[in-house]
Amino acid sequence: MVTTAVTAAAPRGGGRGLGSRLGVIAPTVPFFVYVTIFLVLPTGIVVVGAFQNDGGFTTSNLALLNNPAVRSATFTTVGLSAISAITGAVVGALLAYALATADPEGKLRRSVLAICSVLAQFGGVMLAFCFIAAIGRNGSVTQIVLDITGTRIDTTWLYEFPGLVLVYAYFQIPLMVIVFLPALDGIRPQWREATETMGGSTWTYWSRVAGPILLPAFVSSLLLLFANAFSAYATAAALISQANPLLALQIRGALSGEVVSGQQSTAKVLAFLMVVIVAIVMTLYALMQRRASRWLR
Amino acid sequence: MTATLAGLTETPPEKRRSQLATRRRSQRAFRWVVVAVVLLFFAIPILSLLDSSSRLRGGGREWSAWDPILQVATSSDPSSRLIRDGLVNSLLLVAATLVLMLLLLIPTMIWIRLRAPYLRRIMEFVCLLPLTIPAIVLVVGLGPVYRRVADLLGTGAVWLCFIYAILVLPFAYRALDAGLDGIEVRTLSEAARSLGAGWGTVMFRIVLPNIRSAVISASFISLALVLGEYTVASLLARRNLQTAIFLVGQNNVKTASAMALVALALGFVLLLLLSLVSSRTSRKATS
Repeated sequence: MVTTAVTAAAPRGGGRGLGSRLGVIAPTVPFFVYVTIFLVLPTGIVVVGAFQNDGGFTTSNLALLNNPAVRSATFTTVGLSAISAITGAVVGALLAYALATADPEGKLRRSVLAICSVLAQFGGVMLAFCFIAAIGRNGSVTQIVLDITGTRIDTTWLYEFPGLVLVYAYFQIPLMVIVFLPALDGIRPQWREATETMGGSTWTYWSRVAGPILLPAFVSSLLLLFANAFSAYATAAALISQANPLLALQIRGALSGEVVSGQQSTAKVLAFLMVVIVAIVMTLYALMQRRASRWLR
Repeated sequence: MTATLAGLTETPPEKRRSQLATRRRSQRAFRWVVVAVVLLFFAIPILSLLDSSSRLRGGGREWSAWDPILQVATSSDPSSRLIRDGLVNSLLLVAATLVLMLLLLIPTMIWIRLRAPYLRRIMEFVCLLPLTIPAIVLVVGLGPVYRRVADLLGTGAVWLCFIYAILVLPFAYRALDAGLDGIEVRTLSEAARSLGAGWGTVMFRIVLPNIRSAVISASFISLALVLGEYTVASLLARRNLQTAIFLVGQNNVKTASAMALVALALGFVLLLLLSLVSSRTSRKATS
């Protein structure tokens, strides 16, 4: 198929007439058609469905956003994403700094980086089971604490907000290391030497030189981590099966027929809300990324 | 200000060297503390998985929870059957997704580089889009699409490959893009064409062998993602490895822990292989 399209286009010498133009584009058609069906169409169904009622256009579906359950899920999701992004970013930045000061070709840096690239992709059922095995009711850590101190620690928090923060840190920290390390590597030792030559202390260096240079990269990583936590579903779903405290879990509830408001479009409105928030965060991320690359290349 | 400057110029070189040495020492201490603490945090949950798959309530160890996994091919135990189904489906899905992903991406990417560079930006945008659209959102919109797929092809789990090919798109695209950046696609293809090669030859015998390691890394990352996928499978009610582990966990936590450990180890090996392959390519690209 590729060959026929080209032989038709080639003699006319690349892209003047409409016919040859179409001939050049033709081989890319399967890809774009496929993406339209399985990516653009589902997204479109969500967006259109959020504003549709019995076939007509309406904004009344958005009243759902005022529903107490939805409102609290939105706040919880934003709060969880923010807190887990901040913890992940701070701890991850410390780890990344520790790696940046290490020998670039050394074993320590290479192996920790490899571990991080594995764990950043890790999530879902297995991660939930890991933490249940560690600090669940019969978890190993719980058991060790019981053996040593004789008290059974309360473990219900694992299935609530603080537990989610802890579990999300497990993939947020490695992700931070991966996205922030290049920025730290871009810092030149000469800058520190220059600061010292001009009489600056370590504090001056961090607050006036390295800090401002790294800030855009740090903020953009933070935004990426926020979006990452915000769109996560599998881990929370495997951990929390009874309640639906997060937006993603509210969607699960809506899809499996637990209706919050008696409307069919519930899942679509919630999904639309998620898309809007993630899109805003990712746009900010892209802007920050551009700023960050000004100094660090 | 002048005082500090004057003081600084008088700092003897030995003193400065010892300052540097102190800093390097404290950096090393800081490095080991941070790395040790974080690695401990990473290790504890995984070790707990191993521990709780075998620990007995009164103390002591017993490994019978591993039996349904070790005899997964033959056992008629319900957990075994779930895992077997899930594993077979997931492996089929891996194969189907890889074929689909490579067929969609490679010819299109090469073609766009050679003949339609003005489409490159839009292709990149489309490929990175799944990073911005959460999988859970896609699932909501996929309902009607998959009803159509079910009418045409049936409800087999393997047809999840259509959406999995979308989910792996950003990662596969980046890997392949980096690979294509590393070679002179245009020069190679012009050389081949001027020697009389057809486009098929250019594609399969010139460009493809040159981006082999990029193809391998795109495949590895896709493989790892498909093996770990839970969101779409569970919400569309299809069985794959992850939903099977979840179901096993409902009544047999120990076996589920053991299976999670096996799947985790598998993912680790795959992704470590990936990072080996990709670090080799990046070194080749820079040198």
